Amino acid sequence: MPDPIVVAEGLRKSFGDVQALRGLDLSVRKGTVCGVLGPNGAGKTTAVRILATLSVPDAGHARVAGYDVVRQAGEVRARIGLAGQYAAVDEKLTGRGNLRMFGRLSHLPRREAHRRADELLDRFGLTDAADRRVAGYSGGMRRRLDLIASLILRPEVLFLDEPTTGLDPRSRGEIWDSVRELVADGATVLLTTQYLDEADRLADDVAIVDHGRVIATGTPDELKAAIGDRLDVVVEDPADLGPAAAVLTGLAGAEPTATAADALSVALPGGFRLAGVVRELDRAGVAVADVRLRRPTLDEVFLRLTEEPVR
Amino acid sequence: MIRNLRWTFADGLTLVGRELGRLRHDPGELVAALIFPAVMVLLFGYVFGSAIQVPGGGDYREYLMPGLFAMVTFSSVMGVMTRTAADASRGVMDRFRSLPMARSAVPFGQTGADLLVGLLMLVVMVGAGLLVGWRPHLGPVATAQAFLLMVVLRYALAWVGVYMGLAVGNERTVDAMVPLFLPFTMLSNAFVPTGGMPGWLRLPADWNPVSALTAAARALFGNPGAPSGDVAWPLAHPVAAVLLWSAALLTVFAPLSLRTHRR
Repeated sequence: MPDPIVVAEGLRKSFGDVQALRGLDLSVRKGTVCGVLGPNGAGKTTAVRILATLSVPDAGHARVAGYDVVRQAGEVRARIGLAGQYAAVDEKLTGRGNLRMFGRLSHLPRREAHRRADELLDRFGLTDAADRRVAGYSGGMRRRLDLIASLILRPEVLFLDEPTTGLDPRSRGEIWDSVRELVADGATVLLTTQYLDEADRLADDVAIVDHGRVIATGTPDELKAAIGDRLDVVVEDPADLGPAAAVLTGLAGAEPTATAADALSVALPGGFRLAGVVRELDRAGVAVADVRLRRPTLDEVFLRLTEEPVR
Repeated sequence: MIRNLRWTFADGLTLVGRELGRLRHDPGELVAALIFPAVMVLLFGYVFGSAIQVPGGGDYREYLMPGLFAMVTFSSVMGVMTRTAADASRGVMDRFRSLPMARSAVPFGQTGADLLVGLLMLVVMVGAGLLVGWRPHLGPVATAQAFLLMVVLRYALAWVGVYMGLAVGNERTVDAMVPLFLPFTMLSNAFVPTGGMPGWLRLPADWNPVSALTAAARALFGNPGAPSGDVAWPLAHPVAAVLLWSAALLTVFAPLSLRTHRR
């Protein structure tokens, strides 16, 4: 495995009585997308702020692109891009004006700052809107401008803090396409998100964060495999739901959850055969409309892992 | 070190340029900011002025204009506070912090940009004043000194605004604080002499920096309303008081702002 380009070890950070991070460890391979998942308040944003040098950890340390985020913050800043939950651009300037300003503040010479602004606007399809004030942009356009503002210096590592929160599906798709393109160009992306399908589609690796710590890491497939397959059963008659649940409890060793008036879902331990399930249900007199064995979604992995008490 | 200073200056200038860009693309805000003092000239000059006696005699609008100049000078606190808090709550400040720019450039840029706005407002106020009959009477040197005092105090006050904007960091809270600006400037000698106020109110009014600037401007423009008899120290020595206020505000709020922004 190549050297990780982002490494965090034992990060701790408290705000008053609230412990946002309680010893967070994270490692991101170069040239990959790492999705950091977690419920609200899990510490995702705090972790990103520390890695992007906006905030200093109380304990632990982190290196980005080979530089310590506290002692060599300047070196880190020259190699990262940050796009946040809020579109951090000046609404009273035009899109082009924003990019030029951020280019100048990144210490590009004037001509280079202007050239880079034009290039990025063109590449991400904002040329038509470039000379309009950002205040008149749609949510998706703003977010795209925010994203490209973080690309001015061709960052080695890009931190995206919930880049598609609040966007419509089409704008989300556009942001995803942009992220894929950047990774194809060799960038490394650390992405926090509440949307599990976003991580599923974009991330090579996923780290699930809860209560300020990483509670699971792996590829989306590994994480899904770890919690076992899921069995979905739809019954003909909703009145059969009770007997069906009893059968499934006996088979899976866990209570199924009702997903509709006539449907049940349960996690199965490995090595189950669908035929056996159908036979057992038939023996109990349950008329089955549909039985399906499937991989769990990342949502289910997430809920399963974050439900458990803090270890 | 020299390199840092150079970048602080260069990045600060970029941020002043940003303000110019904002004014160009959103002139409405500037027009609104300029109309306010012009409305004040009319409102106070003709509505209240018709009923207010200037102590020692003289035209009320001549008496009023230095007070309005001081009031406009103080609007810098609110303006800078609002802009800083907006940047902080919308994530623009975070983006600045994540860039390899000089960190101290942000407060310098904000205060520098405010000077630009302040100068424009002064020009409009002078025009409005001349229209309603206000004149400086003591020659170009004294007149220039009066405006210089306004600029100096305004710059010091801009740092108060930066600090408050950073400390509050929330656009809505700051918006709610803006109306407090009016009573603060009115608790002074800008509109009426402090001599008639009850003692408990007169003390803060006499020591309000608005009063010092107003008194200094009246003295340097040769406008009526110079206090007579036993007056508080800042009103007896208004120019020194303005300079001391400016120095004190800068000494306290510039380091505070820089520290808060670096955090």
